[in-house]
Amino acid sequence: MTAPLTSLDRPNSYIGRSLPRPNAKRLLAGRGRYVSDLRLPRMLYAAFLRSPHAHAKIVSIRTDEVRALEGVHLVATGADLAKICTPWTGALDHFKGMTSAPQLPLPLDRVVWAGQAVVAVVAENRAIAEDALELIEVDYEDLPIVVDIDGAREAGGPLVNPGTASNVCFRSQLDSGTVDDAFAHAAHVVEEEFSFGRHTAVTLEPRAIVADYDPAAGMLTVHHGTQTPYQFQDLYSRHYGIPEAHVRVIATDIGGSFGMKLHVYHEDMAVVGLSILLGRPVKYVADRIESFVSDIHARDHRVRARMALDAKGEILAMDVLDLTAIGAFSTYPRTSVVEGNQVIRLIGAPYRFRNYRATLEVIFQNKVQTSQYRAVGHPIACAVTERLVDMAAVKLGLDPFAIRAQNVIPDDAYPQTSPTGYRFEALSHQACLKRLHEMMGYDGLRAEQAELRKRGIYRGIGIATFVEITNPSPAFYGVGGARISSQDGAIVSLTPSGEVRCLISVTEQGQGTEAIISQIVADQLGLAQEHVKVITGDTEVTPHGGATWACRGAGIGGETALQAARALKRNILEIAALILQEQPSALDIVDGEVVDAGTRSQRMPIAEIARISYFRSDTLPPGTQAQLTVSHHFAPQGYPFAFTNGIQGCLLEVDVETGFVKLLKHFIVEDCGRVINPMLVDEQLRGGIVQGLGAALFEECRYSETGQLMNGSLADYLVPMPMEMPDIVIAHVETPTADTELGAKGVGEAGTAAASACVLNAVNDALAPFGATINSIPITPTKVLKALKRF
Amino acid sequence: MRGFDETLLDEADETVRVRFVVNGRKVACEVAPRETLVDCLRDEFELTGTHAGCEMGACGACLVQIDGRAAHSCLMFAVQADGARIDTIEGLTESGAIADLQAEFHRRNALQCGFCTPGMLVNASELLSQVAQPSREQIRDALSGNYCRCTGYEAIVDAIDAVAKARSAGGAR
Repeated sequence: MTAPLTSLDRPNSYIGRSLPRPNAKRLLAGRGRYVSDLRLPRMLYAAFLRSPHAHAKIVSIRTDEVRALEGVHLVATGADLAKICTPWTGALDHFKGMTSAPQLPLPLDRVVWAGQAVVAVVAENRAIAEDALELIEVDYEDLPIVVDIDGAREAGGPLVNPGTASNVCFRSQLDSGTVDDAFAHAAHVVEEEFSFGRHTAVTLEPRAIVADYDPAAGMLTVHHGTQTPYQFQDLYSRHYGIPEAHVRVIATDIGGSFGMKLHVYHEDMAVVGLSILLGRPVKYVADRIESFVSDIHARDHRVRARMALDAKGEILAMDVLDLTAIGAFSTYPRTSVVEGNQVIRLIGAPYRFRNYRATLEVIFQNKVQTSQYRAVGHPIACAVTERLVDMAAVKLGLDPFAIRAQNVIPDDAYPQTSPTGYRFEALSHQACLKRLHEMMGYDGLRAEQAELRKRGIYRGIGIATFVEITNPSPAFYGVGGARISSQDGAIVSLTPSGEVRCLISVTEQGQGTEAIISQIVADQLGLAQEHVKVITGDTEVTPHGGATWACRGAGIGGETALQAARALKRNILEIAALILQEQPSALDIVDGEVVDAGTRSQRMPIAEIARISYFRSDTLPPGTQAQLTVSHHFAPQGYPFAFTNGIQGCLLEVDVETGFVKLLKHFIVEDCGRVINPMLVDEQLRGGIVQGLGAALFEECRYSETGQLMNGSLADYLVPMPMEMPDIVIAHVETPTADTELGAKGVGEAGTAAASACVLNAVNDALAPFGATINSIPITPTKVLKALKRF
Repeated sequence: MRGFDETLLDEADETVRVRFVVNGRKVACEVAPRETLVDCLRDEFELTGTHAGCEMGACGACLVQIDGRAAHSCLMFAVQADGARIDTIEGLTESGAIADLQAEFHRRNALQCGFCTPGMLVNASELLSQVAQPSREQIRDALSGNYCRCTGYEAIVDAIDAVAKARSAGGAR
């Protein structure tokens, strides 16, 4: 082989290399350790009686019969838990004027959505607990319900919170001040009203928690299937009045999360209280219907938007109204307004125009809470923007690629600040557009489309440009008063046998956190990856940090690991220099050996430095204290967020007789900065895209007029299946962030951000010969046939 | 004894003795008639590699082999499987029967959270035992009873495709 040497040819060069995840072998062997698998001595099981009403007064609860049932240990109502748990409110200071009612684990006198937990039973096993639920009698008195957005906004209509003035949780407006003028002078205006179906995360493992309060030690241990153990350590401590050091949260293997498992759920808070009341471990695992009615939902938006363009197709302005319904209260502790806030701030983000106005109204209704789920707000913002761009292209007779090429912020024009205040360090829209055009074989696809149309086959081609928010600084939550960290911590040690152990605050849900951290540490220290052990997800062991959400694991956690590994390397080389009578700068570490930095000749193994430091410190020069454990924290500075960008393309076929859409191929060109493990990055993109494709075509939480969820099962709520999903072609542009040494940004949400927009554009492209348009997702066969006036 | 109404617990109290050959070993236990096979495997035998995802036969996370064929352990009561040979992910791993599939899934990262993976492997093994060289379409079709929310499926299809080709090239197993 004579291929030129690259940085990957250096020994231990793991950054940029596709490597399998070391921790995946356990999962393949059925040796995962999920919370739903856990069984502790003397453990009891909780089950919850849920409200059948979307809004009702609780008149009375009768539990006498249940308390007498053998195997039942505790029956608890809202009042019982309110005695030991302080209420919480899902509001943040930086969302000025937002309101939300205080919440408790179980309600005291009123239920506000169908499926809300009302009474808890703790029994010897889950079956007995569920039997017991059947014996509880609750009398309800129906209250007027608020289901849809229009009903919620009706003056004098029913109120979710009686006694308040309206159902509005939060209002926000952005206005650059010159929008009306821009529209008045525009050559072209396109306008549309979009609707987005509520959908939900559907993790394969439902929410699971085991709370274990030991009254003798005053110690609460919670095994919790969550992304954010530190956040929950803080919350359990504060709401149950237990000192933080006496609360331990352990997050082992987690069967999917996607943002859903970082919110406070009433059942989870209740289970902690039940364990405190009983002094025994209590387990709760949601079953599938419970997941559907109590996990957060997302994306319930209706957006009216218009775009002004000049005669040549230059975008001049956008004007947006986003109405979003979030359930009966705002989710704690991250709120339910972040999604809408990101929608109005991300709209138009790839483009150069300066005139922007947006109004956001966040509305209460009697449904389960909505909050942050993968790609928070991005799919809405992207679909609205990209559909309007396509509509403008049609109006102007421009190709979708051409109008985007004309309007994106040029790659050489950064840094830039968007009209909504987002600061972009460096993006690569032009490079991505060009690459996608080549990769799709775009001209060929258009020719084929034209040919097939003559034969009555209607293919659609859609593209969608996007910007993604990653690596959030304290500007995201910290400034609003939330005790949610934007920094991460790592403790890296050289062990006595010369291996390295890294305890780090970022967590693993299968995306490969532990794998990439071990790649970074091994790369930076200079040893084989198999000699690095990474430990995550235990507040008693790993240092406090933000953990894994909002695409921060690689960018912030990775930088933390990099800096910690470099610090440990310095310490190791200091000791090596003393032993070898050299300057530290004359030495390096390669493959676990201290080498001469210039000649690379081996001097001594790092295992020998560990042996001497740990067991024969007497042989080191007097005064030497070897520091072979380094603890290090890193908080992002510089740009408040590391924005990424990319573009997706979609090829599909619409059956105009049945309304079915067949996805044929999907494409993405993505720029997440420095790629640490290309295989894992591609898998994030593919998984993200498929979640976006599910939203585009299938997924919707459907409610009846009385606020009942109608499709709360995996047979009725349509999750994408392998047969319906296309192969996905991926390419990368790499624009590292200069804010960190590592240069990595996030990638977990890029796929989801634009997939549904891409499909929306492609379906509309396919329907163009019929003059039919679709402005609503999911794009069901019924909607397609209605658009075609065939239904 | 507390003063409870004895009729309340009659059904729940009753248990039935069942015997299986689980992962090659004879085992027996007492189960309630209403206990599903997935709960029995997980709770009585601590075979937690078999997962309950939907409890209605839609998601495939609970697939095990019953008398050599893939079956939903959530759609079956434990008493219905009395006398059956049951192989779970733990047994299939120990016997090496799916070692090539596991290695290829690992190599291609055809899993993320891993919750669907045991069921996915049981189904992949079933497919390859029925169709030696399935097309990608056939693989996607066969997997359509197994939900994966993480991967987007493509790497899973690639892995099964690669194993099918390797098995064919290497002769019958």
